[in-house]
Amino acid sequence: MEWDWEFAWSILPQLLDGFRITILATVLGAIVAAVLGLVFAILRRSPSRLVSRGTGFVVEFIRGTPLLVQLYFIFYVLPDLGIRLPALTAGVIGMGLHYATYTAEVYRGGIEAVSRGQWEAAKATNLTTRQAWIHVILPQAVPPMIPAMANYLLAMFKETPLLSAITVLELMNQARSVANSSYRYVEPMTMVGVMFLIVSVISVVGLRWLERRYGGVGK
Amino acid sequence: MGDWSGYLTLIFQGAWTTIQLTLMGSALALVMAFLAGLGRLSRHAVLRWLATVYIEFFRGTSIFVQLFWIYFVLPMTGLWAPTPMQAGVLALGLNVGAYGAEVVRGAILAVPRDQTEACIAVNLTRFQRMRHVILPQALPLMLPTFGNNAIELLKATAVVSLISLADMTFQAQIVRSQTGNTLLPFITILVLYFAMSSAISFGMRRLERRVTRGLDGVR
Repeated sequence: MEWDWEFAWSILPQLLDGFRITILATVLGAIVAAVLGLVFAILRRSPSRLVSRGTGFVVEFIRGTPLLVQLYFIFYVLPDLGIRLPALTAGVIGMGLHYATYTAEVYRGGIEAVSRGQWEAAKATNLTTRQAWIHVILPQAVPPMIPAMANYLLAMFKETPLLSAITVLELMNQARSVANSSYRYVEPMTMVGVMFLIVSVISVVGLRWLERRYGGVGK
Repeated sequence: MGDWSGYLTLIFQGAWTTIQLTLMGSALALVMAFLAGLGRLSRHAVLRWLATVYIEFFRGTSIFVQLFWIYFVLPMTGLWAPTPMQAGVLALGLNVGAYGAEVVRGAILAVPRDQTEACIAVNLTRFQRMRHVILPQALPLMLPTFGNNAIELLKATAVVSLISLADMTFQAQIVRSQTGNTLLPFITILVLYFAMSSAISFGMRRLERRVTRGLDGVR
């Protein structure tokens, strides 16, 4: 089967449409993951054993099961319980929840990497807990987290094709619908691959820069 | 939900497919990880370059796109038409192998330089140096990350349901469409996936203890 440039050119607008949704889903999912991850990290540090153990189990469970099945769960099961979500919302929640379990670890690592002496110094200078967090701990904990966070952002971007399985019209789904209506798989699938490759190659360069700029959290 | 035991059998058949995919995919991933990881450290520029292209390509595009490319585009080039199982094992193995290659490379580089110098001093060949000195020390460093990679691979197997390979996720979808019950099939497979990933991390911890036995005084 020959590569047809004219055909490739003609389907480009439709693919770019899907690409927009892909980016949107990634950004929204990342926001959910960043916020929920912090919640998980804080709950895990809770003095109540029930809360910290419970959160620990939930995080382990989500990490140990496939994102695709979680998406199906949100998309098919919740409506039966009376919660009806648009496909994109369900996808964003699913991806955000899944990756929150990874970002929670980054938060934990970053917070634990700040030495105990800093806490003691903050206490000694009579800062409140709030002040200690805002002025002492977080400014030291956050920069080393940035490369690891960016890494998961990229990982999440690469998982977005899964959203096509719950009918979100993102890049992969557009490519499949083109392929199914024209019976040409070579161009759409290859173009999707190339688009992903372009974004990730650029991102990897950006990541290296972030790592140099901020250094990493241990691993 | 009349014939629940029948549906459960269906899901267990899918679980067996998932296990097979995970085992074969992990085997291929392990081989690729060592080939590409050692390739990146090779003396020959061509090998280094090949390994880098392989790693960047498979890490840069998502497993979903790779799977569709292998299953739908490869046959059209007239080279080879894989069965869904072959396409699944190939995509999973090549994808996770690319991540594993970086683990292999990192672990080998983490072995202190004086080990290499000592090998040269006692006149070991390059092969002997790798086989008897460097790898035995690098292996324990790789294991924890390999464990995580194996779990990622297990989770990624759910994607093959989208090329209609009858794995656990696919069977759950069948049960859902035949019975209209959404909660039970998805909860069942979530628990099964979690059991499998727990089994992997348990096994890896055991293995780690075995491999690091006798290294206590060294590290």
